[in-house]
Amino acid sequence: MNLSRKWLADFVNIQASDKEFADKMTLSGSKVEVVTRMDAEIQNVVVGKVISMARHENSDHMWVCQIDVGQPATIQIVTGAQNVKVGDLVPTCLHDAHLPGGVHITRGVLRGVESNGMLCSLKELGLTLNDFPYAIEDGIWILQEDCYPGQNINEVIGNDDSVVEFEITNNRPDCFSLIGLAREVAATFQVPMKHHTPTVKGGGPGNLEELLDVEVPAEDLCRRYTARMVRNVKIGPSPKWMRQRLRAAGIRPINNIVDITNYVMVEYGQPMHAFDYRYVKDGKIIVRRSVEGETLTTLDGTVRNLKPGMLVIADSHRPVGLAGIMGGENSEIVEDTVDVVFESANFDGTSIRQTALALGMRTEASAKFEKNLDPMSTVPAVDRACELVEFLDAGQVLDGLIDVINYVEPPVELPLEVDRINGLLGIQCTADEMKSYLGRLEIPVEGMTVKVPSWRSDLRCMADLAEEVGRLYGYNTMPTTMLRGITTQGGYSKQALLEMAAGNTARAMGYSEIITYSFVSPSIFDMVRIPSDSPFRNTVKLLNPLGEDTSVMRTIPLPSMLEILARNYAYHNKSAKLYEAAKIYLPEEGQTLPKEPKILVLGTYGAQETFFTLKGEVSAILTALKTMPATFVAKKDHPSYHPGRCAAVVIDGVEVGVLGQVHPLVTANYGIDSEVYCAELNLEALQSHLAPEVLYTPLPKYPAVSRDLALVCDENLTVGQLEQCIQEAGGSLLRNVSLFDIYRGPGIASGKKSVAFSLELRADDRTLTDEDSNGVIRAILEKLESSLHVVLR
Amino acid sequence: MKQQLEKIRMEAMTAIETVKGSAELDALRVRFLGKKGELTAVLKQMGKLSAEERPIMGQIANSVREAIEGKLEQRKTELKAKALEEKLVSETVDVTIPGVPVVLGHKHPMSKVLDEAKEIFVGMGFEVVEGPEVELESYNFTKLNTPYGHPARDRSDTFYITEDDKVLLRTQTSPMQVRVMEQKKPPIRIVAPGRVYRKDEVDATHSPMFHQLEGLVVDEGITMTDLKGTLEHLVKQLYGEDSVVRFRPHHFPFTEPSCEVDVQCFECHGAGCRTCKGEGWIELLGAGMVHPAVLQGCGIDPTQYSGFAFGIGVERMAMRRYAISDLRLIFENDVRFLSQF
Repeated sequence: MNLSRKWLADFVNIQASDKEFADKMTLSGSKVEVVTRMDAEIQNVVVGKVISMARHENSDHMWVCQIDVGQPATIQIVTGAQNVKVGDLVPTCLHDAHLPGGVHITRGVLRGVESNGMLCSLKELGLTLNDFPYAIEDGIWILQEDCYPGQNINEVIGNDDSVVEFEITNNRPDCFSLIGLAREVAATFQVPMKHHTPTVKGGGPGNLEELLDVEVPAEDLCRRYTARMVRNVKIGPSPKWMRQRLRAAGIRPINNIVDITNYVMVEYGQPMHAFDYRYVKDGKIIVRRSVEGETLTTLDGTVRNLKPGMLVIADSHRPVGLAGIMGGENSEIVEDTVDVVFESANFDGTSIRQTALALGMRTEASAKFEKNLDPMSTVPAVDRACELVEFLDAGQVLDGLIDVINYVEPPVELPLEVDRINGLLGIQCTADEMKSYLGRLEIPVEGMTVKVPSWRSDLRCMADLAEEVGRLYGYNTMPTTMLRGITTQGGYSKQALLEMAAGNTARAMGYSEIITYSFVSPSIFDMVRIPSDSPFRNTVKLLNPLGEDTSVMRTIPLPSMLEILARNYAYHNKSAKLYEAAKIYLPEEGQTLPKEPKILVLGTYGAQETFFTLKGEVSAILTALKTMPATFVAKKDHPSYHPGRCAAVVIDGVEVGVLGQVHPLVTANYGIDSEVYCAELNLEALQSHLAPEVLYTPLPKYPAVSRDLALVCDENLTVGQLEQCIQEAGGSLLRNVSLFDIYRGPGIASGKKSVAFSLELRADDRTLTDEDSNGVIRAILEKLESSLHVVLR
Repeated sequence: MKQQLEKIRMEAMTAIETVKGSAELDALRVRFLGKKGELTAVLKQMGKLSAEERPIMGQIANSVREAIEGKLEQRKTELKAKALEEKLVSETVDVTIPGVPVVLGHKHPMSKVLDEAKEIFVGMGFEVVEGPEVELESYNFTKLNTPYGHPARDRSDTFYITEDDKVLLRTQTSPMQVRVMEQKKPPIRIVAPGRVYRKDEVDATHSPMFHQLEGLVVDEGITMTDLKGTLEHLVKQLYGEDSVVRFRPHHFPFTEPSCEVDVQCFECHGAGCRTCKGEGWIELLGAGMVHPAVLQGCGIDPTQYSGFAFGIGVERMAMRRYAISDLRLIFENDVRFLSQF
């Protein structure tokens, strides 16, 4: 909402700088976005009087003019314009003048003749023929204003004004009007408001009831429809003061009748429409829903295909306007319009908003209607319009009005609950103080009953009144207190703590955190080779996505990671180690909402990365989270991973995650020409597989014996199988088994490999003898040989 | 004999004093004090002395031995110290050579500011809770006093999942207010961080997915001055004790009274500059007293209990904190960006 401070002065008188005005209004609840001085763009431009004109000696079309700019001496300006005569008053740029659009005018020499400025056209001053209809489009603007040489042109144009742009919240439709804002200004600055009650003389020829009939079949979408008629109108430009005010409000002047409707809309916040009575067939106005196949050419010349159910204003044959949005071209006010119908109606906000949205034509009027306006303002607004018609001598207003009332909410009364209001705000105000705050907002209180005015549809309960009291008391005047009452135990959920611990460990190992979109393209499943019948392809789908790329909620986290790795790869980042605690969204049979587990995803590429660096890191995370012991089981059938370099992470028989090298076909899909390693750990599954609380184990009292075993076995035996066999045969004295070498080559038959383990043997109650150790080793070797055909190297 | 002893003493002292290494020192010990050493040789002559002279000479001999032993010990210590010093000098490194690199990962700037804010609230007794992002319309709108037909519900603003508009992607973390109030009895103090979704095209300041931190306090006697105290504490913890905070009336459907909280621009201290777009203030968050209708709808009696709620945009907080000019950087995840935090 743009407010002209000069226009505001019609309703409330205040002395405040623009900055002070903006600050105070913002803090009392009407947020000022920006204040613009209308004269900011035009500087050093004055009214000049053409004293003499002479032909330029070196040009056949230029004139050398002597201009009186209100100074002792005239100044010389060269112009190419041909519409200027001696004696004309013209807008004159002096040396160092500024014009809209950043144009800077300085003194110069034109074909050898000095020119100390420039004569301006309307356009150069940022104006149009709508603002000053008597001017000509291309040529110097010959001023027909009451002005004198040397006068600042901003005063002549009416630019000596500030326009204040307010951010109005949806609950305050009354503030989409000058009067509504003036009320807030009066309350904020504690000054009286100057009210104006429109008076219409009337007496125009004819009987309104006979000329016009209004029917409202769509009564649920039109709470009230008020109309008056004006006959024998004289269409022409509206007066300068009206054009200036409209321009300050950001509205283009059209003609006197249309300008009046816009003027009233700004003042009262009530959008109005004027129909040419000639084109209202049978003098009948029907407010109804559109039917299948109807079209309407709106005032902007666009043919609108109406969907059934949109609210239209129709005559007996066809729609003549799109209710609350825009009039129809077929009933537009034109130069030879004789009789006019003024419509001042109250429409259902949601219906207007949805129609405007569907047709893609949000207008000044629809923006107001969609907030649900006060139905009590239709009559004062239409009267104000008729009053202005008479004031401008633009036509003859008929007596009476047509007023169809379908629904007007009965007046609302609220008790003034002083203690509850104070209790909610945390302040101590007396009933009288509260009444005074409400009084400043023109909200009357009788006894302890608040009589809510019709325009304050936002006041419906104690808390609403508390806000009124609070904002005039001053939010920043209220004290600040810390929370009292019962102490609560703050903290994080176990799941959140686990996630934090996982993140800490990942970062300690060089992984940086990423944040990716939860919605993805359905094509990701092909990208990571998920089979077409996979349950992962069953996704939560957006009905109205921004685009295909963000149209389904991810059921797997890997593609988001790969996309980021690919981006970093494309940026020529040599390596990347990234992690994300990524939610996935899994639809559940019979459930309205999906499950949303979080998966810890690690992803990396770079010279140092191998399956085993990643496996070590995953193991470290599991250790840090204190899960139960995990085993890594070869996984050959995961479509996204290298079949020979992928393992499932299994805890207590449950697969809690997967890790491995991403399948080369997948990395190729992402344009990465490098080995990529990823791991996915289900944080919820880890949460349910944590080891029990640690209890201290006494440190060993007796020394350990270390024995190394180099074993020769078939190539296809895994280290895991060997280790398991050693563990089983080793018994209670075997405390640790660790791999230290794998060898293939000279000395080892082909198809075989040498695997070396270091074994630690120890007893808790004695120092082991050679005999003890040898016994264990013998048992191990026997078991290895008998069950796996493994021999000592 | 006495002269012999004195001579040994003199020679030994001089020799030990000038010795250069520990091996030479050992050789001197043998030469003077060894079984075949000079002192032993003299002592072997003791038998030839008279009974009166013997103890006297014995005394002298002992004092010579002690002197030599003392000197040897002293010299040994000196040489050891010297050797150590030489070793240390030889081991000197160029401390300006870079250390062996240890690559540390980085927390995303969004998480950094979010974690910081969460910590502040945990310190004030708030519990951190999370909830679903695919949400019921009733939690996201209806129970938050946002009626059918409200513009925020439009398909142009909100992502819907089901044709009947009953399931959607939450547009705010506020549904967590309702979920918590339906499950817990006051006193309630929670913050709920999470992802939210709105139908905005991606640009320098918009993203269809972003993050909020929701807060809710419900108890007997909670006032707007408590809201002010709590949020002022947050701002001062985040931006420094000297931050200037202001509370500005605003409107949200599910709080009444409502406000927005601004902090005075750090750059211009209120004068107006590019950072604050000339306003002198920077908008931080929205807040308000929980609307009685919302309490009622969650089965909490608004005549007995009151509360306040707030919502903070985390991206905006991170961008402000780290002077990040383009929101797209947040979701681009370039390691050159991430490694700065």
